[in-house]
Amino acid sequence: MRSEEGLHSPLQNFLQNFQFLQKLPRATYFRIGSFIVALLFIGAVILLSSGSPPQVAMGMWNGAFGSSDRFARVISTLCPLLLASCGLIFTFTAGLYNLGIEGQITAGAIASTFLLRMIPEGFPPAITITLAIIAGIVGGGLWGLLTGFLNIFGKVSEIFAGLGMNFTAQGLALYLVFGPWKRSGVASMSGTEPFSDALSLPTVGNTEFSPIALAIAIVALIVTAIAIRATYYGLKLKAVGNNLRAAYVLGIPAISQMLSSFLICGALAGIAGSLQVVAVFHRLIPNVSSNLGFLALLVVMLINYNPFWVLPIAFLFSSLNVGSLELPLSLSLDSSLSGIIQGALLLFAILGEGLAKLSKETGSSQTN
Amino acid sequence: MDIITILATAIATSTPLIFASIGETITERAGVINLSAEGTILMSAMTGFAVAKFSNNLLLGFGAAALVGAAIALVVAVGAITLKQSQVSIGFVLALMCSDLSSFLGNPVVRVEGITVPSFKIPILENIPILGKLLFQSDLLVYSSYILILGSWFYFYRTQGGLILRTVGEQPAAAFARGTNVIKMRYIYTLLGGALMGIAGAAFSLDFKAGWSHRHTAGYGWIALAIVIFGGWNPLRVALGAYLFGILQSLASVAQSAIPDVPTQVFNTAPFVLMILMLALTSGKWLDRLISALPRSVRQGILNTVRTTPPASLGRVFDQD
Repeated sequence: MRSEEGLHSPLQNFLQNFQFLQKLPRATYFRIGSFIVALLFIGAVILLSSGSPPQVAMGMWNGAFGSSDRFARVISTLCPLLLASCGLIFTFTAGLYNLGIEGQITAGAIASTFLLRMIPEGFPPAITITLAIIAGIVGGGLWGLLTGFLNIFGKVSEIFAGLGMNFTAQGLALYLVFGPWKRSGVASMSGTEPFSDALSLPTVGNTEFSPIALAIAIVALIVTAIAIRATYYGLKLKAVGNNLRAAYVLGIPAISQMLSSFLICGALAGIAGSLQVVAVFHRLIPNVSSNLGFLALLVVMLINYNPFWVLPIAFLFSSLNVGSLELPLSLSLDSSLSGIIQGALLLFAILGEGLAKLSKETGSSQTN
Repeated sequence: MDIITILATAIATSTPLIFASIGETITERAGVINLSAEGTILMSAMTGFAVAKFSNNLLLGFGAAALVGAAIALVVAVGAITLKQSQVSIGFVLALMCSDLSSFLGNPVVRVEGITVPSFKIPILENIPILGKLLFQSDLLVYSSYILILGSWFYFYRTQGGLILRTVGEQPAAAFARGTNVIKMRYIYTLLGGALMGIAGAAFSLDFKAGWSHRHTAGYGWIALAIVIFGGWNPLRVALGAYLFGILQSLASVAQSAIPDVPTQVFNTAPFVLMILMLALTSGKWLDRLISALPRSVRQGILNTVRTTPPASLGRVFDQD
């Protein structure tokens, strides 16, 4: 037998080097395959609107990393995205699709703005900003809890309870911006009167990058990973998410677990909202959540609720968001391309995962 | 504005919503949730408008919109029925992605002139006092929506096909045992529902809010999904919900001229909020407590009219083997 092995052709010898590929789990092939299909789909969409994919890729890269200002914007988008994603890990672990996260971000922003307007001038800015962020936690948390009440006691699916609360928060923000909190003279979509510079989180140079915001987001991420992976609370939450009935029968207080996940998620989203006010916009604008909540939903679904992947994927998504802002300027394409890329990555990942499962099933039934 | 005008506006406002929510009702009755409504409507509104404009043919526009709706529904069907992945995840990502896709691909046709569905008064009927002005002085699309409401109700509750459809959503195992191809039925009704949602999109861009701009339909897809629940998966009640939403919308514009202090945008969100509130009020336990003092028969009557239950197998995977 050994002599036969020596008779291999050079090609066979070459292919032997790639034998490790066969040892990879099948799911990996499907993951890589779905990623490639997603890229092809995105390329086709770009060609369809008569753009050139390499040019678009270059443009987006430039838009996100072309200058330190732009990179600073990537990081300042990353912070609220990380916070919202962390919040959603709690609700997803409890088996809940919290589509109300947009409203929870907005509620946090409203609460922060309320506090900043309340506090008289001359108060130490550091304390004021801290209080504003705490107000954001409270506002977002209560808004999340309200969604939880609607879901658990009102028997409205969390999807619609959340959407309803999104519309309500949106209406409230619009009312405040155009009504009681309008700028003296003109009310417009551009928001309330900007706060004084002292009431902004300190940023690096003239950019939007605030190290404090990043620190808050990273701490939230670490706490989330520990809470979900290494605490009894996380374990109970998982039990509720995996099988509500079984968890209940085992004596886990399912209702309080679910409500607490809404509360935590809302609180984290609330911090995201207050960062939008104190670090990015320096005022309340009607679209203060900027779809970051929905983006966070995509992030968390793509990583399959695994806290350890939040940072890289959220970073990728915020780079795409910021990078796409360059498209209308340099290539006269719409900036919504980033949403298409993010959606396609997730959609094909879900479909690929399903195909992997299907091929495993048919594979095993054939061997049986 | 007099009451007839308000109601007539409400009917016009509701027409796209009727197509979308009846489409979703058909899909959900077969046991599948197509959460992509918002994206489907936007994408088909854009396609329908562009095709109608460049071919100068309304029918082609509606056809293209229906095709786009069915194509998106096909993705949901393959993902949810064949690949057995989460219907909610697939629908949600499609809702977001197709909204962006409509903005990206539809950029060149933003705010350009196009063609619209011509109005067509039905002779004789239009002269009936009140009703004539209310129901019979609009366009073919509005008339088709009446036919859709009554037709789908008749199909659901008075035909063999409707019985099979309902069984597929309620007890797929039983339907399968009686020789129904559950998977095939679910595919057919998901695609049909998607096509109706596509027509809803074209109803926006070619009729109700003629033209195309980014995020043209402003959240109607989400509200269509809520109306299906509100309507208890029954076409007549779903239509009632859609009209109620339309009335709220036209009342909002009246209220705005009456209370000028409150900005327009707030009134625009009000119907969405009220719709969801009503959903919460009618489905929660608090309703039982609220009416607990009433006599049993009255209580039961109220609960029967207000309370609704979803198809028993809604959102569940069916394993045919």
